[in-house]
Amino acid sequence: MSERTFVGGIHPGYFKDYTAGKAIASARAPAQVIIPMHQNIGAPCEPVVQVGDEVKMGQKIGEPKGFVSAPIFASVSGKVTKIEPYNHPLGNPVLAVFIENDGLDTPDESMKPGKALEELSPKEIVQISKDAGLVGLGGATFPTHVKLSPPPEVQIDTVIINGAECEPFLTADHRQMLEQAEDVVYGLKAFMKALGATRGIIGIEDNKPDAIESIKKAVEEGKGEYNIEVHTLHTKYPQGAEKMLIKATTGREVPPGALPMAVNVVNQNSGTAVAMAQAIKLGKPLYERVVTVTGPGIKEPANLLVRNGTLVRDLIEQCGGLTDDARKIVLGGPMMGLAQPTLDVPAIKGTSGVLVLTEEFVADLPISACIKCGKCLEVCPMSLMPNFIGSASEKNNIDLAEKYGAMDCFECGCCTYTCPAKRPLVQWIRIAKGEIGARRKK
Amino acid sequence: MERKLVVSSSPHLKSPEDIQSIMVDVLVALFPVALMAVFLFGYRALVTMVIAMLAAMVTEAIILRKGNLFGDGSAAVTGLLLAMTLPPAPPWWVVVVGSVVAIAIGKQIYGGIGNNIFNPALVGRAVLVVSWGGHIAGNVWLKPVPFGFTADMVTTATPLATKAASLGDLFMGTVAGSLGETSALALIVGGIWLYYRGHIDWRIPGSFIALVFVLGLFDGGFSLTRGLFHVLAGGVLLGALFMATDMVTSPVTPVGKLIFGAGCGIVTMVVRLFGSLPEGVTFGILLMNGLTPLIDNLTLPKKFGEVKKSA
Repeated sequence: MSERTFVGGIHPGYFKDYTAGKAIASARAPAQVIIPMHQNIGAPCEPVVQVGDEVKMGQKIGEPKGFVSAPIFASVSGKVTKIEPYNHPLGNPVLAVFIENDGLDTPDESMKPGKALEELSPKEIVQISKDAGLVGLGGATFPTHVKLSPPPEVQIDTVIINGAECEPFLTADHRQMLEQAEDVVYGLKAFMKALGATRGIIGIEDNKPDAIESIKKAVEEGKGEYNIEVHTLHTKYPQGAEKMLIKATTGREVPPGALPMAVNVVNQNSGTAVAMAQAIKLGKPLYERVVTVTGPGIKEPANLLVRNGTLVRDLIEQCGGLTDDARKIVLGGPMMGLAQPTLDVPAIKGTSGVLVLTEEFVADLPISACIKCGKCLEVCPMSLMPNFIGSASEKNNIDLAEKYGAMDCFECGCCTYTCPAKRPLVQWIRIAKGEIGARRKK
Repeated sequence: MERKLVVSSSPHLKSPEDIQSIMVDVLVALFPVALMAVFLFGYRALVTMVIAMLAAMVTEAIILRKGNLFGDGSAAVTGLLLAMTLPPAPPWWVVVVGSVVAIAIGKQIYGGIGNNIFNPALVGRAVLVVSWGGHIAGNVWLKPVPFGFTADMVTTATPLATKAASLGDLFMGTVAGSLGETSALALIVGGIWLYYRGHIDWRIPGSFIALVFVLGLFDGGFSLTRGLFHVLAGGVLLGALFMATDMVTSPVTPVGKLIFGAGCGIVTMVVRLFGSLPEGVTFGILLMNGLTPLIDNLTLPKKFGEVKKSA
């Protein structure tokens, strides 16, 4: 069989050794959690609790304001002390519910096992994912129930579990596939049943042989009548990008501007599959997730099960604190994650990692003119013209940027990583995308 | 006090490769070629190469008002490449004029690295060819004396002029010619290094050389030897591996590279077979340099997932 991968991509340093060997541990629940009311792509939530209310762990505190949205839950039991805007990983402050932790972790009554998967109808599975507030945990945070509700004319035949975890440094998915393989398979079965899909695929990069083995075993034992394959993928960034993963595992190419359902596929992250399994088995909504706290700037890197609304400051403290040369805090991986101006920012549903980079990673390199080496074309997984889009955007020539494919860029950052002239290509492309998007709305 | 955090747009990892490291790789690739030149033509070759590189670097440093002579390394590469296109021992001032023109007019006048339309070294060479042709063409070619570092040398005709030389001599380089063009072996070693380091693509040299070979087959009847002769003699390998592959002045699209290389090959052979000059590599590449932006825009690659329009 030919190697499963895609055209383009890069081989950066992977830096997984900081945490790949560390079992998932529960993070200390902080004295106060600050839970933002917007944690997914799509509409934000409206708080359904008031200051002074006592809340239980797993109680719904945010109600979605639209279809493409997901409810938000208390991650501790205690008292609501404040509801006001607070720092958010995406930048601008967002309305947040502050809960003072009473330390009792009193569970909400809704958290109890329901029917087994065999007895659930596809509709019920979708409803459970919606009620549990599931979103894509790879970082994109697209509400899961929306993905599980394709328009009636679309027949999904394949569900792909994304276990590539191609971002350097991150090992949360790796550890979950290793330690909770059974739930990954259970979650996949639930997704397949919800969609009526006949084929399930779990794709894992070949730099995680232990996870592959563990998942293969779980598939063997747990697949039942489901048709599930485990695919070993070539380790290359961005192997875990939706379109690249579909190409590598099924050979299908999602057309520009289209969603995976255009080729009858739905992708879900391995962490989302685990959350789905726990929602069905335990009635547990999404109020905590696995976060890799890592990087050369952190003293004791770890994979932690983190309550929603825990401040990055708390997580860093638990991991031994920052080293003296720590200079940059990134939420997510180093290729697509967002640098934070402060440690006082809460971990949310989409926070897959807290990465602390040191001096050597933040050198401010001078930008030169494009030397047209074409290396960005070679690495662009979408076969775009990053150099030309970047130069056009730099000159504010938005039409030209659009012509060279700006809107098809999903901002993986391979071009910027590769550019020998150190041009911030993806940054310029983002600017162009913003302009083009604003123009189209008019 | 709270420490200050750096905030920047992702990605937060950058490849260690930069323009200087690429230029150093090109210099390394040219090392076997330079070594061969000194082996064949002695100290004269060394002097010519050093003058060309120094003049190029000084010109660039003056124009950019920078104290760092080596800088990003591109001027050194341009100087050395220019020297490779010259006869072993032209007058020193001819070499200097060539380097100054290459950097000042071939490159900096357009805005410096990345902005020039034409290969700077070839611009320098072209100006020398039309202005001081007597010094760099005609009766200036030395008969190589291997190991003859300080040996006296006599002039002789180049294989392209006489159309006679054994393929073995052409491969090893023991024929008369420009400093960097005689030894196919050294050029191929350098080309392999550039390919291995990811700085050149097979498409430009591949289509360039293929076209020269195919058109060469028909030079006087149909003969495999003539095809190989045209590939190995003169500046085709130097041009195809080191000049046409100049990043700044060649297309970036895969199809564009094929067209560009093929165009270089065709023009080269048209000049060789029908023109008044014995060699056409310089003008082949310069002409195609001028077409590069057009070629790029006509050959934009198919985006991921895009369906080819059916005919």
